[in-house]
This record gives sequence, C-alpha cells and structure tokens, in this order.
Amino acid sequence: MTIVFYTASAVAIIATILMLTRANAVHALLDLIVSLLAVAVIFFVLGAPFVAALEVIIYAGAIMVLFVFVVMLLNLGEPATRAERALLRPSMWIVPSVFAAILLAEFIWLLVSGDVPPSAVAGIEAKETGMALFGQYLIGVELASMLLLGGLVAAYHLGWRKVPQTEATHVSHP
Amino acid sequence: MLSMIRTIWYVFLHMFHRRVTVQYPDEQPYLAPRYRGRIILSRDPDGGERCVACYLCAAACPVDCIALQATEDSTGRRYPEFFRINFSRCIFCGFCEEACPTYAIQLTPDFEMSEYQRPNLVYEKEDLLISGPGKYPGYNFWRVSGVQIGGKDKGEAENEGRPVDLHSLLP
Amino acid sequence: MTSPYPIVTMIVILAAALTLAAGLIWVERRLLALWQDRYGPNRVGPFGLLQVLADMIKIFFKEDWIPPFADKAVFIVAPAVILVTVLMSFAVVPFAPGIIISDLNVGLLFVLGMSSLGVYSVVLAGWASENKYALLGGVRAAAQMMSYEVFMGLALMGVVLLAGSFNLTSIVTAQRHVWFVVPQFIGFVLFLIAGVAETRRLPFDLPEAESELIAGFHSEYSGMKFGMFFVGEYLGVILISCLITILFFGGWLGPVLPPIVWFLIKMMFFICFFILLRAALPRPRFDQLMSWGWKVMLPLALANLLVTGAVALVWSS
Repeated sequence: MTIVFYTASAVAIIATILMLTRANAVHALLDLIVSLLAVAVIFFVLGAPFVAALEVIIYAGAIMVLFVFVVMLLNLGEPATRAERALLRPSMWIVPSVFAAILLAEFIWLLVSGDVPPSAVAGIEAKETGMALFGQYLIGVELASMLLLGGLVAAYHLGWRKVPQTEATHVSHP
Repeated sequence: MLSMIRTIWYVFLHMFHRRVTVQYPDEQPYLAPRYRGRIILSRDPDGGERCVACYLCAAACPVDCIALQATEDSTGRRYPEFFRINFSRCIFCGFCEEACPTYAIQLTPDFEMSEYQRPNLVYEKEDLLISGPGKYPGYNFWRVSGVQIGGKDKGEAENEGRPVDLHSLLP
Repeated sequence: MTSPYPIVTMIVILAAALTLAAGLIWVERRLLALWQDRYGPNRVGPFGLLQVLADMIKIFFKEDWIPPFADKAVFIVAPAVILVTVLMSFAVVPFAPGIIISDLNVGLLFVLGMSSLGVYSVVLAGWASENKYALLGGVRAAAQMMSYEVFMGLALMGVVLLAGSFNLTSIVTAQRHVWFVVPQFIGFVLFLIAGVAETRRLPFDLPEAESELIAGFHSEYSGMKFGMFFVGEYLGVILISCLITILFFGGWLGPVLPPIVWFLIKMMFFICFFILLRAALPRPRFDQLMSWGWKVMLPLALANLLVTGAVALVWSS
C-alpha cells in the first residue's frame, strides 16, 4: 500500500508540473486529469473509496469534461499556443515559485518535526460520509446547495434568449 | 413514446417473415426470356451472319459502346469487318436490339460477365457471334429483302415478283 | 466472495469479454438482417461465424495512418482510453458467486466513474483529428454523454436505496425475493435509455451520425485504432447489459440452471434488445435529444428517487 501511495503521489506531482508547463490548453487539461486520477487513487489507498469514486465521477468525469468541451469549442489553435508560450517566461515563475517554496518548507518542517497526524486506517463508507454531511455539516451542505441553485438560476437567466420579433416570425397561414 | 414501442414490436415480428434475399450463387434467380443481359450477334438459319452493318445499333446506343466497320464481300452482301462491344460501358438498355432491322443483335438472359481486367470486357465479333438464329428461328433477312447477293438474284426473294424487263415494249 | 485465483479469473473474464465483443459484431449483423428480412453474413465458415475472423485479419493489415495535421500523442491515446475504461469496469462486475475480479464496496460508483471517463476517448479523438466533422462529433458526444450520465446515476440511486449498498454483489443478493425491475420500473427504463445514449448506440449515435458527420469523431481513424473504437463500443454494450442484469433483473439468481448460465441468458437478452432498438428506431435530432434528456428524463429520475426514498422511509419505520 505504501508503494502504491508514493507512486500515485509521484504521478500526481509530475502530472501537475507538466500541466503547469504545457503551452497547449488541451494537453494541460489532460495532465490535470491524470493528476486528479492520481489523487483519487491516493484517497482510495487512504481508506476513503467513496470520496475516491466521487473524485473520479465529479472532478475527472464531469468538470474536466466541461473544461475540455469549452476549450474545444474555442478552437484556440496555433496563435493561442504561441501567446501561452510567451507567457511561460522564467520571470513569470518567480512569484508562484516563492509561494510553492514556502509551502514546501512548511511541509518539510512538519515531516521533520514528526507532528504528522496518523492517516485514517479504517475505511470510511458511503453511509458514514452521508451521515456526516447531513448531520454535523448540514449547514455547509445547505449553503453549498443554495450557492449552486443561485448559479443555476443565473445560468438559466443568462442563457435565456428572447426570440426577436422579426418579420419572419409573422408568417400568415392561408 | 407509444408509437416507438409499437415500432419496436413490429420490427420484432419481422423475425417470422420470409427473407427476401435470393442466395444467388447457390440459388439462381429466374430470368425472363426477354431479360436484357449479355449482347450477342445471331446468324441466319443458313449459317450466314445476319448483321448487315447498317450502324443503326451504334447510332441508337446511348453510351456509345458499339463500334463497327461495314464492308462488302465480292457478291455485294454487306457485313461488319469488325464488331466490337465494350461491356464495361454497356448499360443493357436494349435500344440496339430495337433499332436492329435484321434481328441480328439480341440481348440474352445472362449477366455473369465479371472480369478481373477491364480490357477483357471488350468483346470482338468472334466473341459475340453465336451459331444459331437466337429468338427468331425462321427469319432470314436476305431471303426477304430485294437486294441482289451471291446465290440470290433480283426477284428471287420470298413474296417478290420478277423484275420488270424495261426493254420489252409489252405492258 | 472474491475468487481464489484472481489472476485466472482476470484472464478468463478479459478473454471472454473480448471474444464476446468480437462475436457481437457477427450477432449484430445476423440479427439486424433477421429483422430486416435478410440473411447477413453467412458465407465465411459455418453460419458466417468466421466473418469476424476475416474482418479482424483485414483490420490488422490495414494501413495505420495518422493524419499529418493531427495532434499525434492525443490521437494515439484516445482509442486506448475507451478500451481501458470499459475493461476496467468489468473488474467489479459479479458474473456469478466467485466469478468476480474485485468485489469493491463502491462497485457501482466505480462503474459510473469509469463510464464518465470514457467520454474523454470520444472527445479527445474528435479534437485531435483536427477535422471539423470529427470535432463536431466530439462536441456532440461530450454534450450527450455528460447529460445522460447525470440521470443515469440518479436512476440507479433508487436501486441503491432499496439494496442499501453500492456493492454489486449485495445488490444482487438483495433481489432474492423480487427483482428490482418491479419496484424500480421507471428507474429501469431511464437506465436503459441512458445506457443506449452512453454507449452511443443507435438511435443515439449522433456523435457518429453517418448522414451528417461522415463517421463523426473517428472519421480520421483507420486500422486497429478504428478497431479499438469498434470493440470499445461493443464492450460498452456488453457492460450496460451486464449492469441491467445485475441491477434490475437479479443477476445470476434463477432456478435449476447454474448461476453463470442465468447471467449469460439475461445478458444476451438485453444485448439482443439493444440490437432490436437499432433495427427499429430512427435517430432523433440533436436538440430533441438534449431537451428530452434534461426536460423529461432528469425530472423523472429525480421524482423516482424522491418517491423511492419516501416509500423506503415509511417502510422501514
């Protein structure tokens, strides 16, 4: 299990790095999908198969498909790739690299100090997840659902197109 | 929705219908005697060529697949020097058969003429000529036409009177 | 419940699934012919059975061509994705007691996850081909499969409620008294329709509609890459038939005959039904497909889930 965990982690990290350095949007998205799948494997190894399945279904299977869908529709092509390549200059890397270095330092310090909380050994079932969501964290779920409902209504409103009152719509029938 | 279920049911019932496919090489289809297939050139009951090389078939052919060259033997009987049908062009419409004044060119109930090479579909006169009279057994063009050829003088054809001797003064 | 020799089971199931998928090509052509008053392939071997073999040999020796304008890496990966995701789903399918590779306790979710990953194959194939028809096919496939996945999952939740588990084996054993098709008839119909759309079979084959998009997302594919899409589609049909059998028709449960035989009989029945659908129904327009999905199927699935939940709650209290 440890080997699986570290392999999956390595895949996740490498895929994320690749995702950041790709100039082509679709290739970057593909790397991100691989990274998400690796994270799902990590969840599974840590004893949360339900969350792992949700990660695959929702993140990799639904949200990323939408991203790919939109990128496909935009049909970016060669000019966009060139623009992206210009954006990936070393000077653009400094600030994110500094932040990432801070996080890495914190992580190393945690590992060295030995204060790491033990990972969950017992498997967490779907039922327990549901009980927690609709018991302890009910308000969070409700807030999220209200946010999603708001988004839904807004999307519906934006997508609503008034049929223009043109001559063509008033075709008289004999 | 209901119509879809009905459609599915009707299509399912087709399981018990007779199949319309003819299993061709094992089971030969019935071809009518007047089926328009491979073209042949027929002969007189006497064995001579019927074709008089009048070019009417070549003129009638909508796809120009018939080529021939007329010539005459020493006795004045016309016949084609060569007669060529390109079956890779032929559409088997039968116009040549209808145009033919001598029943020489005829279409037969045979369509199995596949070849691996296209030039093999060009049939010469030797390939086209058959040894019999085809669909019109008793008919002999030279016997009913008034043209003079070797072995048949003027007026010797069927239902033909003797030619009038213009040099005699008697009516 | 897992079998004592997992590797053997794995190889047997893999071989059986791939053979069945290849055999389905013959079955489909013969059955379609039967329903259209024809004979179908009957020349090569007994009953034309070796036609599949001949086709395989042909497809292996075809030129494996990658268009110069295509995105090469993605173009090559796309056909592999469909095969991998569908074959992965077979890992959690319980064919009979003991004949299962991994008795995962979130088996149903695993299958749903894999089928949602299968979308990528089609979408990426359409995108990587750099061909407008392929792209249109990919876009259609993405929209169609995303929409139908939503209520495919929701339609199954009724079954999960009744069985009280995501584990496919316990879903089957929960049907000992009555098959779930009786209390969950709406769920069954919804899942059947969503399954057809999910495998992009006729009448929902809009991503590859020949009359509009040449061959849709696999217009540029040839040789064995095209073959992988082909086999992937048939594997998808087998998988959906297996799932219908497990979720709604009691899996391997049945009298007298051995369990695996019952399973195969039920599975073959649904495969034949899929082919019958292909023979009978015309293709809808794309906007009809989408509005049907979102305006009819989704509310129905939600209502079904609501009623099932309420009844289950009343029953248990």
